[in-house]
Amino acid sequence: MYVAAAIAILVTMALALTRALLGPSVYDRVLAVNMFGTKTVLFLSVIAFLYDRRDFLDLAVAYALINFIGVLAVLKFVQDYRLRHPGEDQR
Amino acid sequence: MAVILDAVSWVLLLAGGAFIFTGGVGVLRMPGFYTRMHAAGLTDTLGTLLTMVGLILQSGFTLSTAKLLAILLFLLLTAPTAAYALANAARLAGLVPERALRSESE
Amino acid sequence: MTVLFGAFLLTMLVITAIGIVRAQHLFVSVVLSGIYSLQMAGMFFILDAADVALTEAAVGAGVATVLMLSALALLDDRERSAGLKRLLFAVVASATLILLLHASVDMPSLGDPNAPVHTHVAPWYLEETPRLIGMPNVVTAILAGFRGYDTLGELFVIFTAGTGVLFLLASVHERGGLALLPSPDGTGLRHHLVPRLIGRFIVPFIVLFALYVQFHGDFGPGGGFQAGALASAGIVLYALAEGEATALKVLSFRVLTGMIAAGALLYVGVGLACLMLGGTFLDYSVLADDPIAGQHLGILLVELGVGITVSGVLLAIFHSFAAREQRR
Repeated sequence: MYVAAAIAILVTMALALTRALLGPSVYDRVLAVNMFGTKTVLFLSVIAFLYDRRDFLDLAVAYALINFIGVLAVLKFVQDYRLRHPGEDQR
Repeated sequence: MAVILDAVSWVLLLAGGAFIFTGGVGVLRMPGFYTRMHAAGLTDTLGTLLTMVGLILQSGFTLSTAKLLAILLFLLLTAPTAAYALANAARLAGLVPERALRSESE
Repeated sequence: MTVLFGAFLLTMLVITAIGIVRAQHLFVSVVLSGIYSLQMAGMFFILDAADVALTEAAVGAGVATVLMLSALALLDDRERSAGLKRLLFAVVASATLILLLHASVDMPSLGDPNAPVHTHVAPWYLEETPRLIGMPNVVTAILAGFRGYDTLGELFVIFTAGTGVLFLLASVHERGGLALLPSPDGTGLRHHLVPRLIGRFIVPFIVLFALYVQFHGDFGPGGGFQAGALASAGIVLYALAEGEATALKVLSFRVLTGMIAAGALLYVGVGLACLMLGGTFLDYSVLADDPIAGQHLGILLVELGVGITVSGVLLAIFHSFAAREQRR
Protein backbone atom coordinates (compact mmCIF):
# COMPACT_ATOMS: atom_id res chain seq x y z
CA MET A 1 0.00 0.00 0.00
CA TYR A 2 2.86 2.36 0.65
CA VAL A 3 4.20 1.54 -2.76
CA ALA A 4 0.91 2.49 -4.44
CA ALA A 5 0.79 5.83 -2.64
CA ALA A 6 4.47 6.47 -3.40
CA ILE A 7 3.96 5.75 -7.09
CA ALA A 8 0.93 8.06 -7.23
CA ILE A 9 2.95 10.83 -5.61
CA LEU A 10 5.89 10.29 -7.94
CA VAL A 11 3.68 10.47 -11.01
CA THR A 12 2.14 13.69 -9.72
CA MET A 13 5.61 15.10 -9.23
CA ALA A 14 6.34 14.38 -12.87
CA LEU A 15 3.10 16.09 -13.91
CA ALA A 16 3.95 19.15 -11.81
CA LEU A 17 7.40 19.22 -13.39
CA THR A 18 5.79 19.27 -16.82
CA ARG A 19 3.70 22.23 -15.83
CA ALA A 20 6.79 23.99 -14.48
CA LEU A 21 8.56 23.49 -17.79
CA LEU A 22 5.56 24.44 -19.95
CA GLY A 23 3.69 27.03 -17.92
CA PRO A 24 3.21 30.08 -20.09
CA SER A 25 3.22 32.55 -17.24
CA VAL A 26 5.57 32.81 -14.30
CA TYR A 27 2.74 32.14 -11.86
CA ASP A 28 2.11 28.75 -13.46
CA ARG A 29 5.69 27.81 -12.75
CA VAL A 30 5.53 28.99 -9.15
CA LEU A 31 2.35 27.01 -8.71
CA ALA A 32 4.06 23.92 -10.03
CA VAL A 33 7.07 24.38 -7.74
CA ASN A 34 4.85 24.80 -4.70
CA MET A 35 2.97 21.66 -5.63
CA PHE A 36 6.23 19.81 -6.17
CA GLY A 37 7.31 20.88 -2.72
CA THR A 38 4.27 19.55 -0.90
CA LYS A 39 4.44 16.33 -2.90
CA THR A 40 8.07 15.95 -1.84
CA VAL A 41 7.06 16.17 1.80
CA LEU A 42 4.43 13.48 1.29
CA PHE A 43 6.84 11.32 -0.70
CA LEU A 44 9.46 11.55 2.06
CA SER A 45 6.90 10.59 4.71
CA VAL A 46 5.55 7.62 2.77
CA ILE A 47 9.03 6.36 1.89
CA ALA A 48 10.08 6.68 5.54
CA PHE A 49 7.28 4.28 6.38
CA LEU A 50 8.01 2.06 3.40
CA TYR A 51 11.65 1.56 4.33
CA ASP A 52 10.76 1.40 8.04
CA ARG A 53 13.04 4.30 8.93
CA ARG A 54 10.71 6.30 11.10
CA ASP A 55 13.45 8.60 12.34
CA PHE A 56 13.78 10.01 8.84
CA LEU A 57 10.52 11.86 9.33
CA ASP A 58 12.63 14.76 10.57
CA LEU A 59 13.42 15.54 6.96
CA ALA A 60 9.76 15.78 6.07
CA VAL A 61 9.14 18.16 8.98
CA ALA A 62 12.08 20.31 7.92
CA TYR A 63 10.89 20.44 4.40
CA ALA A 64 7.29 21.20 5.29
CA LEU A 65 8.55 24.27 7.13
CA ILE A 66 10.92 25.41 4.39
CA ASN A 67 8.59 25.01 1.44
CA PHE A 68 6.68 28.12 2.33
CA ILE A 69 9.76 30.33 2.20
CA GLY A 70 10.50 29.60 -1.43
CA VAL A 71 7.01 30.56 -2.58
CA LEU A 72 6.99 33.79 -0.59
CA ALA A 73 10.44 34.75 -1.85
CA VAL A 74 9.44 34.16 -5.45
CA LEU A 75 6.28 36.21 -5.08
CA LYS A 76 8.15 39.08 -3.49
CA PHE A 77 10.72 39.00 -6.26
CA VAL A 78 8.10 38.97 -9.01
CA GLN A 79 6.25 41.86 -7.39
CA ASP A 80 9.43 43.93 -7.06
CA TYR A 81 10.37 43.11 -10.64
CA ARG A 82 7.03 44.39 -11.87
CA LEU A 83 7.45 47.58 -9.92
CA ARG A 84 10.78 48.19 -11.55
CA HIS A 85 9.84 47.12 -15.08
CA PRO A 86 6.24 48.19 -15.53
CA GLY A 87 4.40 47.05 -18.60
CA GLU A 88 6.46 43.98 -19.50
CA ASP A 89 4.55 40.89 -20.43
CA GLN A 90 4.77 37.81 -18.29
CA ARG A 91 6.92 34.81 -18.94
CA MET B 1 -8.96 -4.04 15.96
CA ALA B 2 -5.59 -4.00 14.31
CA VAL B 3 -7.10 -5.36 11.11
CA ILE B 4 -9.72 -2.60 11.08
CA LEU B 5 -7.04 0.05 11.62
CA ASP B 6 -4.95 -1.46 8.86
CA ALA B 7 -7.89 -1.54 6.46
CA VAL B 8 -8.90 2.04 7.25
CA SER B 9 -5.38 3.33 6.79
CA TRP B 10 -5.09 1.37 3.52
CA VAL B 11 -8.24 3.04 2.24
CA LEU B 12 -7.07 6.49 3.38
CA LEU B 13 -3.67 6.11 1.76
CA LEU B 14 -5.17 4.98 -1.53
CA ALA B 15 -7.75 7.78 -1.46
CA GLY B 16 -5.01 10.29 -0.70
CA GLY B 17 -2.96 8.98 -3.58
CA ALA B 18 -5.96 9.17 -5.90
CA PHE B 19 -6.71 12.78 -4.96
CA ILE B 20 -3.08 13.75 -5.38
CA PHE B 21 -2.95 12.15 -8.79
CA THR B 22 -6.18 13.93 -9.77
CA GLY B 23 -4.60 17.20 -8.75
CA GLY B 24 -1.59 16.48 -10.89
CA VAL B 25 -3.71 15.74 -13.92
CA GLY B 26 -5.72 18.88 -13.25
CA VAL B 27 -2.66 21.07 -13.12
CA LEU B 28 -1.62 19.77 -16.49
CA ARG B 29 -4.93 19.75 -18.31
CA MET B 30 -6.84 22.76 -17.01
CA PRO B 31 -7.07 25.68 -19.45
CA GLY B 32 -6.09 28.75 -17.45
CA PHE B 33 -3.97 29.72 -14.46
CA TYR B 34 -6.83 30.14 -12.01
CA THR B 35 -8.38 26.79 -12.82
CA ARG B 36 -4.99 25.15 -12.37
CA MET B 37 -4.64 26.98 -9.07
CA HIS B 38 -7.96 25.50 -8.05
CA ALA B 39 -6.84 21.98 -8.91
CA ALA B 40 -3.46 22.30 -7.22
CA GLY B 41 -4.53 24.11 -4.08
CA LEU B 42 -7.52 21.98 -3.17
CA THR B 43 -6.02 18.59 -3.89
CA ASP B 44 -2.77 19.52 -2.17
CA THR B 45 -4.51 20.09 1.11
CA LEU B 46 -6.98 17.24 0.91
CA GLY B 47 -4.44 14.72 -0.34
CA THR B 48 -2.07 15.71 2.44
CA LEU B 49 -4.76 15.30 5.04
CA LEU B 50 -5.82 11.85 3.88
CA THR B 51 -2.29 10.52 3.42
CA MET B 52 -1.06 11.84 6.75
CA VAL B 53 -4.05 10.48 8.67
CA GLY B 54 -3.51 7.14 6.96
CA LEU B 55 0.13 7.12 8.09
CA ILE B 56 -0.82 8.21 11.62
CA LEU B 57 -3.18 5.28 11.92
CA GLN B 58 -0.29 3.03 10.97
CA SER B 59 2.06 4.28 13.63
CA GLY B 60 -0.03 4.38 16.79
CA PHE B 61 0.96 6.40 19.85
CA THR B 62 4.63 6.95 19.14
CA LEU B 63 6.96 9.85 18.43
CA SER B 64 6.32 9.31 14.72
CA THR B 65 2.71 10.29 15.25
CA ALA B 66 3.76 13.54 16.85
CA LYS B 67 6.03 14.30 13.91
CA LEU B 68 3.32 13.39 11.41
CA LEU B 69 0.88 15.64 13.25
CA ALA B 70 3.41 18.46 13.08
CA ILE B 71 3.86 17.95 9.33
CA LEU B 72 0.10 17.85 8.88
CA LEU B 73 -0.41 21.02 10.87
CA PHE B 74 2.23 22.97 9.00
CA LEU B 75 1.12 21.78 5.58
CA LEU B 76 -2.51 22.59 6.41
CA LEU B 77 -1.44 26.07 7.41
CA THR B 78 0.95 26.87 4.62
CA ALA B 79 -0.51 25.21 1.52
CA PRO B 80 -3.75 27.26 1.46
CA THR B 81 -1.81 30.41 2.34
CA ALA B 82 0.61 29.88 -0.52
CA ALA B 83 -2.34 29.26 -2.86
CA TYR B 84 -4.04 32.44 -1.68
CA ALA B 85 -0.87 34.53 -1.95
CA LEU B 86 -0.16 33.19 -5.43
CA ALA B 87 -3.67 33.79 -6.76
CA ASN B 88 -3.81 37.26 -5.22
CA ALA B 89 -0.44 38.24 -6.65
CA ALA B 90 -1.44 36.99 -10.09
CA ARG B 91 -4.76 38.85 -10.03
CA LEU B 92 -3.20 42.08 -8.86
CA ALA B 93 -0.54 41.81 -11.53
CA GLY B 94 -3.27 41.69 -14.14
CA LEU B 95 -3.57 38.05 -15.08
CA VAL B 96 -7.13 37.74 -16.35
CA PRO B 97 -9.20 34.58 -15.86
CA GLU B 98 -9.89 32.57 -19.02
CA ARG B 99 -13.66 32.87 -18.93
CA ALA B 100 -13.54 36.65 -18.68
CA LEU B 101 -11.33 36.88 -21.76
CA ARG B 102 -13.56 34.67 -23.80
CA SER B 103 -16.85 36.34 -22.83
CA GLU B 104 -15.37 39.73 -23.70
CA SER B 105 -14.39 38.62 -27.16
CA GLU B 106 -17.77 37.01 -27.92
CA MET C 1 11.72 -0.74 -5.63
CA THR C 2 14.60 1.55 -4.91
CA VAL C 3 15.79 1.04 -8.46
CA LEU C 4 12.40 2.01 -9.83
CA PHE C 5 12.13 5.15 -7.72
CA GLY C 6 15.74 6.04 -8.39
CA ALA C 7 15.39 5.66 -12.14
CA PHE C 8 12.26 7.79 -12.13
CA LEU C 9 13.82 10.54 -10.06
CA LEU C 10 16.99 10.56 -12.15
CA THR C 11 14.98 10.85 -15.36
CA MET C 12 13.09 13.80 -13.93
CA LEU C 13 16.42 15.24 -12.86
CA VAL C 14 17.77 15.12 -16.40
CA ILE C 15 14.61 16.72 -17.78
CA THR C 16 14.82 19.48 -15.17
CA ALA C 17 18.47 20.09 -15.98
CA ILE C 18 17.66 20.41 -19.68
CA GLY C 19 14.88 22.83 -18.77
CA ILE C 20 17.25 24.92 -16.65
CA VAL C 21 19.77 25.17 -19.44
CA ARG C 22 17.24 25.97 -22.14
CA ALA C 23 15.30 28.62 -20.24
CA GLN C 24 15.54 32.09 -21.65
CA HIS C 25 14.87 33.95 -18.46
CA LEU C 26 17.17 33.40 -15.52
CA PHE C 27 14.23 33.62 -13.17
CA VAL C 28 12.79 30.45 -14.68
CA SER C 29 16.16 28.77 -14.20
CA VAL C 30 16.18 29.71 -10.52
CA VAL C 31 12.68 28.34 -9.98
CA LEU C 32 13.56 25.13 -11.79
CA SER C 33 16.75 24.73 -9.78
CA GLY C 34 14.58 24.71 -6.67
CA ILE C 35 12.83 21.66 -8.13
CA TYR C 36 16.24 20.21 -9.01
CA SER C 37 17.47 20.30 -5.45
CA LEU C 38 14.21 18.76 -4.23
CA GLN C 39 14.74 15.85 -6.58
CA MET C 40 18.31 15.49 -5.38
CA ALA C 41 17.06 15.41 -1.79
CA GLY C 42 14.65 12.66 -2.78
CA MET C 43 17.48 10.69 -4.42
CA PHE C 44 19.67 10.97 -1.34
CA PHE C 45 16.78 9.92 0.82
CA ILE C 46 16.12 6.81 -1.22
CA LEU C 47 19.80 5.87 -0.97
CA ASP C 48 19.53 6.10 2.85
CA ALA C 49 21.77 9.17 3.15
CA ALA C 50 19.55 11.10 5.52
CA ASP C 51 22.01 13.72 6.73
CA VAL C 52 22.87 14.76 3.20
CA ALA C 53 19.19 14.80 2.20
CA LEU C 54 18.37 17.06 5.13
CA THR C 55 21.14 19.46 4.23
CA GLU C 56 20.16 19.46 0.57
CA ALA C 57 16.52 20.16 1.35
CA ALA C 58 17.26 22.88 3.88
CA VAL C 59 19.89 24.66 1.81
CA GLY C 60 18.84 24.03 -1.76
CA ALA C 61 15.14 24.59 -1.60
CA GLY C 62 15.06 27.23 1.10
CA VAL C 63 17.98 29.53 1.47
CA ALA C 64 19.66 29.08 -1.91
CA THR C 65 16.51 30.00 -3.84
CA VAL C 66 16.10 33.16 -1.78
CA LEU C 67 19.74 34.13 -2.22
CA MET C 68 19.70 33.55 -5.96
CA LEU C 69 16.51 35.57 -6.31
CA SER C 70 18.03 38.40 -4.28
CA ALA C 71 21.06 38.36 -6.55
CA LEU C 72 18.82 38.23 -9.61
CA ALA C 73 16.96 41.30 -8.40
CA LEU C 74 20.17 43.27 -8.83
CA LEU C 75 20.79 42.11 -12.38
CA ASP C 76 19.11 41.96 -15.72
CA ASP C 77 16.93 38.95 -16.09
CA ARG C 78 17.82 37.80 -19.54
CA GLU C 79 20.74 35.51 -20.21
CA ARG C 80 23.39 37.08 -22.38
CA SER C 81 23.89 35.01 -25.49
CA ALA C 82 27.37 33.50 -25.56
CA GLY C 83 27.81 33.20 -29.31
CA LEU C 84 30.81 31.22 -30.49
CA LYS C 85 32.03 30.65 -26.94
CA ARG C 86 29.24 28.10 -26.71
CA LEU C 87 31.29 25.79 -28.86
CA LEU C 88 34.19 26.02 -26.44
CA PHE C 89 31.89 25.34 -23.49
CA ALA C 90 30.40 22.33 -25.28
CA VAL C 91 33.85 20.89 -25.99
CA VAL C 92 35.04 21.32 -22.40
CA ALA C 93 31.82 19.85 -20.96
CA SER C 94 31.92 16.87 -23.34
CA ALA C 95 35.58 16.19 -22.55
CA THR C 96 34.84 16.24 -18.81
CA LEU C 97 31.85 13.97 -19.31
CA ILE C 98 33.91 11.42 -21.26
CA LEU C 99 36.63 11.50 -18.61
CA LEU C 100 34.10 10.93 -15.84
CA LEU C 101 32.41 8.08 -17.67
CA HIS C 102 35.77 6.48 -18.34
CA ALA C 103 36.70 6.76 -14.68
CA SER C 104 33.39 5.39 -13.48
CA VAL C 105 33.74 2.20 -15.51
CA ASP C 106 36.38 0.93 -13.11
CA MET C 107 34.45 1.77 -9.97
CA PRO C 108 32.63 -1.03 -8.14
CA SER C 109 28.86 -1.04 -8.57
CA LEU C 110 26.68 0.70 -6.04
CA GLY C 111 26.20 -1.44 -2.94
CA ASP C 112 28.61 -4.15 -4.02
CA PRO C 113 29.52 -6.02 -0.83
CA ASN C 114 33.04 -6.75 -2.07
CA ALA C 115 33.92 -3.14 -2.75
CA PRO C 116 36.91 -1.92 -0.73
CA VAL C 117 34.81 0.67 1.04
CA HIS C 118 32.51 -2.01 2.36
CA THR C 119 35.24 -4.45 3.35
CA HIS C 120 37.75 -2.10 4.96
CA VAL C 121 36.46 1.37 5.78
CA ALA C 122 32.79 1.02 6.64
CA PRO C 123 33.02 -2.05 8.93
CA TRP C 124 35.86 -0.42 10.89
CA TYR C 125 33.80 2.69 11.59
CA LEU C 126 30.64 0.74 12.29
CA GLU C 127 32.43 -1.45 14.83
CA GLU C 128 34.64 1.13 16.46
CA THR C 129 32.12 3.95 16.86
CA PRO C 130 30.08 2.29 19.63
CA ARG C 131 33.28 1.40 21.42
CA LEU C 132 35.16 4.66 21.06
CA ILE C 133 32.44 7.29 20.83
CA GLY C 134 29.19 5.60 21.76
CA MET C 135 26.94 7.61 19.48
CA PRO C 136 24.13 6.09 17.40
CA ASN C 137 24.58 8.42 14.43
CA VAL C 138 27.80 7.23 12.87
CA VAL C 139 27.81 10.07 10.33
CA THR C 140 28.05 12.71 13.03
CA ALA C 141 30.64 10.65 14.87
CA ILE C 142 32.82 10.49 11.75
CA LEU C 143 32.20 14.12 10.82
CA ALA C 144 32.95 15.70 14.16
CA GLY C 145 34.95 12.99 15.89
CA PHE C 146 37.12 10.85 13.68
CA ARG C 147 37.48 13.47 10.95
CA GLY C 148 37.34 16.60 13.02
CA TYR C 149 40.11 18.30 11.06
CA ASP C 150 38.15 18.03 7.82
CA THR C 151 35.12 19.61 9.42
CA LEU C 152 37.31 22.36 10.80
CA GLY C 153 38.47 23.02 7.25
CA GLU C 154 34.88 23.05 5.96
CA LEU C 155 33.93 25.48 8.68
CA PHE C 156 36.70 27.81 7.66
CA VAL C 157 35.67 27.55 4.01
CA ILE C 158 32.20 28.77 5.00
CA PHE C 159 33.74 31.44 7.20
CA THR C 160 35.91 32.67 4.33
CA ALA C 161 32.99 32.68 1.92
CA GLY C 162 30.91 34.76 4.30
CA THR C 163 33.72 37.18 5.00
CA GLY C 164 34.41 37.53 1.28
CA VAL C 165 30.81 38.35 0.50
CA LEU C 166 30.73 40.87 3.31
CA PHE C 167 33.85 42.54 1.98
CA LEU C 168 32.30 42.83 -1.46
CA LEU C 169 28.78 43.86 -0.60
CA ALA C 170 28.55 45.32 2.87
CA SER C 171 30.37 48.51 2.03
CA VAL C 172 27.04 50.17 1.35
CA HIS C 173 26.38 50.40 5.06
CA GLU C 174 27.61 53.54 6.75
CA ARG C 175 29.01 53.26 10.20
CA GLY C 176 26.27 53.66 12.78
CA GLY C 177 23.14 55.57 11.87
CA LEU C 178 22.05 53.29 9.08
CA ALA C 179 18.79 54.80 7.91
CA LEU C 180 16.27 52.01 8.08
CA LEU C 181 14.28 52.29 4.89
CA PRO C 182 10.71 51.04 4.85
CA SER C 183 10.39 47.63 3.21
CA PRO C 184 9.90 48.01 -0.53
CA ASP C 185 6.69 46.03 -0.66
CA GLY C 186 4.48 48.89 0.43
CA THR C 187 2.87 49.78 -2.85
CA GLY C 188 0.42 47.84 -4.93
CA LEU C 189 -0.18 44.42 -3.48
CA ARG C 190 -2.27 43.99 -0.42
CA HIS C 191 -1.89 40.28 0.00
CA HIS C 192 0.34 40.83 2.91
CA LEU C 193 -1.97 40.14 5.80
CA VAL C 194 -2.49 36.41 5.41
CA PRO C 195 1.03 35.34 4.39
CA ARG C 196 2.52 37.69 6.94
CA LEU C 197 0.44 36.25 9.72
CA ILE C 198 1.17 32.66 8.82
CA GLY C 199 4.83 33.46 8.26
CA ARG C 200 5.13 35.07 11.66
CA PHE C 201 3.41 32.10 13.24
CA ILE C 202 5.77 29.57 11.69
CA VAL C 203 9.07 31.33 12.40
CA PRO C 204 9.40 30.22 16.04
CA PHE C 205 8.68 26.63 15.06
CA ILE C 206 11.42 26.69 12.45
CA VAL C 207 13.93 28.07 14.94
CA LEU C 208 12.84 25.50 17.53
CA PHE C 209 13.17 22.72 15.00
CA ALA C 210 16.61 24.00 14.06
CA LEU C 211 17.66 23.71 17.70
CA TYR C 212 16.20 20.20 17.81
CA VAL C 213 18.14 19.19 14.69
CA GLN C 214 21.31 20.72 16.14
CA PHE C 215 21.26 18.78 19.36
CA HIS C 216 19.57 15.64 18.10
CA GLY C 217 22.31 15.16 15.54
CA ASP C 218 23.92 12.56 17.78
CA PHE C 219 20.94 10.25 17.50
CA GLY C 220 19.24 10.96 14.20
CA PRO C 221 19.89 12.88 11.03
CA GLY C 222 21.10 16.30 11.93
CA GLY C 223 24.09 18.27 13.01
CA GLY C 224 25.51 21.72 12.73
CA PHE C 225 25.23 22.40 9.00
CA GLN C 226 21.59 21.41 8.74
CA ALA C 227 20.66 23.32 11.88
CA GLY C 228 22.43 26.47 10.70
CA ALA C 229 20.65 26.35 7.35
CA LEU C 230 17.27 25.80 9.01
CA ALA C 231 17.74 28.57 11.56
CA SER C 232 18.77 31.05 8.89
CA ALA C 233 15.82 29.97 6.76
CA GLY C 234 13.54 30.83 9.66
CA ILE C 235 14.99 34.30 10.07
CA VAL C 236 14.85 34.81 6.30
CA LEU C 237 11.16 33.96 6.45
CA TYR C 238 10.76 36.58 9.16
CA ALA C 239 12.59 39.07 6.95
CA LEU C 240 10.34 38.26 4.00
CA ALA C 241 7.20 38.61 6.10
CA GLU C 242 8.09 41.75 8.01
CA GLY C 243 10.70 43.47 5.87
CA GLU C 244 14.49 43.28 5.99
CA ALA C 245 14.75 46.40 8.12
CA THR C 246 12.79 44.79 10.93
CA ALA C 247 14.86 41.64 10.69
CA LEU C 248 18.01 43.75 10.95
CA LYS C 249 16.64 45.33 14.09
CA VAL C 250 16.23 41.86 15.54
CA LEU C 251 19.64 40.54 14.50
CA SER C 252 21.88 43.42 13.51
CA PHE C 253 24.98 43.10 11.35
CA ARG C 254 27.13 43.40 14.42
CA VAL C 255 25.48 40.34 15.96
CA LEU C 256 25.77 38.43 12.70
CA THR C 257 29.46 39.11 12.25
CA GLY C 258 29.89 38.21 15.90
CA MET C 259 28.16 34.90 15.25
CA ILE C 260 30.35 34.14 12.25
CA ALA C 261 33.47 34.61 14.31
CA ALA C 262 32.13 32.99 17.48
CA GLY C 263 31.39 29.66 15.86
CA ALA C 264 34.84 29.31 14.38
CA LEU C 265 36.40 30.43 17.66
CA LEU C 266 34.38 27.83 19.55
CA TYR C 267 35.60 25.04 17.31
CA VAL C 268 39.24 26.04 17.55
CA GLY C 269 38.80 26.76 21.24
CA VAL C 270 37.67 23.20 21.88
CA GLY C 271 40.77 21.96 20.05
CA LEU C 272 43.03 24.21 22.10
CA ALA C 273 41.31 23.14 25.32
CA CYS C 274 42.08 19.54 24.40
CA LEU C 275 45.71 20.55 23.88
CA MET C 276 45.89 22.26 27.22
CA LEU C 277 44.31 19.33 29.02
CA GLY C 278 47.03 17.03 27.80
CA GLY C 279 45.69 15.43 24.63
CA THR C 280 46.37 16.26 21.01
CA PHE C 281 44.47 18.92 19.07
CA LEU C 282 40.78 17.96 18.83
CA ASP C 283 41.22 14.76 20.87
CA TYR C 284 38.02 15.06 22.87
CA SER C 285 38.68 12.15 25.20
CA VAL C 286 40.53 14.38 27.64
CA LEU C 287 37.65 16.81 28.08
CA ALA C 288 35.92 14.77 30.78
CA ASP C 289 36.78 12.01 33.22
CA ASP C 290 35.29 9.30 31.05
CA PRO C 291 36.65 9.30 27.47
CA ILE C 292 33.26 8.56 25.98
CA ALA C 293 31.65 11.44 27.87
CA GLY C 294 34.52 13.60 26.71
CA GLN C 295 33.85 12.62 23.10
CA HIS C 296 30.18 13.48 23.50
CA LEU C 297 30.96 16.85 25.00
CA GLY C 298 33.53 17.66 22.35
CA ILE C 299 31.26 16.71 19.48
CA LEU C 300 28.39 18.71 20.99
CA LEU C 301 30.46 21.87 21.29
CA VAL C 302 32.05 21.49 17.91
CA GLU C 303 28.71 20.99 16.13
CA LEU C 304 27.35 24.00 18.00
CA GLY C 305 30.20 26.08 16.62
CA VAL C 306 29.45 24.88 13.12
CA GLY C 307 25.75 25.71 13.50
CA ILE C 308 26.42 29.22 14.77
CA THR C 309 28.81 30.08 11.98
CA VAL C 310 26.66 28.62 9.21
CA SER C 311 23.55 30.50 10.29
CA GLY C 312 25.52 33.71 10.73
CA VAL C 313 27.06 33.44 7.27
CA LEU C 314 23.80 32.67 5.48
CA LEU C 315 21.96 35.50 7.20
CA ALA C 316 24.77 37.98 6.59
CA ILE C 317 24.83 37.11 2.88
CA PHE C 318 21.05 37.45 2.66
CA HIS C 319 21.08 40.85 4.34
CA SER C 320 23.94 42.06 2.17
CA PHE C 321 22.00 41.29 -0.99
CA ALA C 322 18.69 42.57 0.33
CA ALA C 323 20.08 45.81 1.71
CA ARG C 324 21.88 46.49 -1.55
CA GLU C 325 18.59 46.13 -3.36
CA GLN C 326 17.01 48.74 -1.13
CA ARG C 327 19.74 51.23 -1.84
CA ARG C 328 19.05 51.40 -5.58
